[in-house]
Amino acid sequence: MQSQPTPHAAPVIPTAPTGVLRLRDPRHRVHRKSILWWTLRSAIFWVVVIVGQVLGEVLPAQPPGWLKITLVVSIVLGVLQVVIEPQWRYRVHRWEANHEAVVTRSGWINQEWRVAPLSRIQTVDTKRGPLEQLLGLATVTVTTASAAGPVQIAGLAHDAAAALVDELTATTQATPGDAT
Amino acid sequence: MSELTTAGLVGSAPVAPDAVVQAPWRRLEIRTILVRPFNEILSFIPLLIGVVALGQHHGNQIWWGIGVIALLLGRGLLHWLTTRYRITDEQVELRTGLVFRQRLATRRSRIRTVEATAKFGHRLFGVTAVRIGTGQHDQKDRKTMRLDAVTNAEADRLRRELLRRDTAPAVEDGVVAPQPAPGTLIARLDWGWLRYAPLTLSGLFAMVAVAGLVWRSLNELDIDVYRVGLARDTVRWLEHSNIGMVIAVVVVAALVIIVFGSMVVYALKFSGYQLIRESDDTLHMRRGLLTTSAVTIEEARLRGVEISEPLLLRAGKGARCTAVATGLQHKSESHLLMPPGPVVEAHRVAAQVLRTTEAGSPTRAELVRHSTMALRRRLVRAVVPALLLVAVLWLAHVWVGWPDWLWQVACALPVLAVPLAINRYRNLGHALTPRYLVSRLGSLNRRTVAIQRDGIIGWKIRKSFFQRRVGLVTLSATIAAGRGAYAVLDVTESDGLALANETVPGLLAPFVVTDPQ
Repeated sequence: MQSQPTPHAAPVIPTAPTGVLRLRDPRHRVHRKSILWWTLRSAIFWVVVIVGQVLGEVLPAQPPGWLKITLVVSIVLGVLQVVIEPQWRYRVHRWEANHEAVVTRSGWINQEWRVAPLSRIQTVDTKRGPLEQLLGLATVTVTTASAAGPVQIAGLAHDAAAALVDELTATTQATPGDAT
Repeated sequence: MSELTTAGLVGSAPVAPDAVVQAPWRRLEIRTILVRPFNEILSFIPLLIGVVALGQHHGNQIWWGIGVIALLLGRGLLHWLTTRYRITDEQVELRTGLVFRQRLATRRSRIRTVEATAKFGHRLFGVTAVRIGTGQHDQKDRKTMRLDAVTNAEADRLRRELLRRDTAPAVEDGVVAPQPAPGTLIARLDWGWLRYAPLTLSGLFAMVAVAGLVWRSLNELDIDVYRVGLARDTVRWLEHSNIGMVIAVVVVAALVIIVFGSMVVYALKFSGYQLIRESDDTLHMRRGLLTTSAVTIEEARLRGVEISEPLLLRAGKGARCTAVATGLQHKSESHLLMPPGPVVEAHRVAAQVLRTTEAGSPTRAELVRHSTMALRRRLVRAVVPALLLVAVLWLAHVWVGWPDWLWQVACALPVLAVPLAINRYRNLGHALTPRYLVSRLGSLNRRTVAIQRDGIIGWKIRKSFFQRRVGLVTLSATIAAGRGAYAVLDVTESDGLALANETVPGLLAPFVVTDPQ
């Protein structure tokens, strides 16, 4: 930045951004066990896909020729996803809540930030799938009046999830109006 | 028991007006029993014509038909018997169903829209189906409140009553509602707009639908096409003429049918169209020839407007205008504000609906172009999949022996994709007016949407793998109306965040940092 000694000559450009804006990382990571959760999730999917194809290869007398190709491709993709996706997701998935808004970042190849102001929150739910229960994790879903895109924080520890729900509910109930 | 009945029937009993809290339960109109079966039978008419005209029917099918009609009548009766509704000062309640008893209740303050639709059968019997639209989540749960059907007078009363926000006492049975001051007309159908009909694809769809119906009827009735003289002659002519002639005739015939069909569809859908602003600050749109539809939107809940210009319509300087509002069904086009017509008119309607001057309409705001990175992304996204398709078809030709004209024809796709991508880029843009966020995108269907900045209830910022590499983001404003989220496609991250910060100050700011340049 250059300093200008003659103040009246300097044109004042109001609120013009002086730098490049970017989103910063939200403050909190999800629980470390999420890595295991995502690993199991993709592993189960790929095991089903691969076993199905293996059966298709073994059982019939004349298995179709293309089945070998898809089987090899499935195994390569499956191993890659099971190894890469959980680590990648763990680096991406983050969340933060302050007095005005809750923000999440999720995804891996494609990533998405979602922001919802606390004043517009309609419901806060906790959900636990079977795998999540096994690992002691929970997913907090925050919905607003919009049909598009509830804000979801997946892979929180049980107590952290409960604390977050309490906090968000307390703030939301203090806000009047029907949040549309 | 007798006390209850009198209280329900006679409002003139010596009771203080504010003591009448318990509004009576009402039934649907008795004619409903006939309306539904009648509508169902109407859709069988092509089949019936086939049976009568071609004289090929089997006794069995007639009995089946009678059985089906009896079932439909029975269902109508059950529906009428089991459905009751009432409107209290606080809420609207609906009870329905025999086996699965349903009881729906909605607070009146949550009602956003009232939609009255009358199919041809409804029209004949002088009744109307009323749908009461509330927030978005109600739609997802499919718990829509539908009264199918009530008398036209009752439908009109419901419309005025349900969207009224003052606390005046509810209008009693038999008392004529005070006639409200007349509204202002915003737009009405100009039959000259019929020239835009062929530019919509409705004619094509109609032709495909009719052809499908005819085909199915013929199949179901086991009619041998070759025994009909006209069809036989046509086939013989096709077999004995030269190919160029056949193609020319087929193309001309298809064009004529499409143009004619689209005009018929347009007339059926939009005849009698008018858009009125009522004196109680609701927007009232009605349209339709055989099936009529009347939609009332509470203006305070209108979150914006959208002007859509599909490619063909755009080429003819046409457009249509829709509302971004809560409680409307997107599928049934109930959010329509103006049918396909001149683009100038669409902007005028948008301006009037948003209560701005015509020149100040946000839909006409000058848009900020997006960076050339966005152009590159549009090109890649259009051309690469087309190239992949060509490659796959070529491989299939070499390995599996698919005909080679497949991949040769497909070669045209990557070439066609280039102008499409360039056009998509040229259409990209956004703007910020004092009250609205404006975004435009799309080529095959260019949409310009203006949404209220006050109505924005969150942001979604999406970065795909390739967007991250070039520093672009897709910024979507979430809103409790319309599609739920409206995107500004492929802006640079910095511009997008600045836009979001300016649109709704404070919401995103805590999560944004500024790097010195």
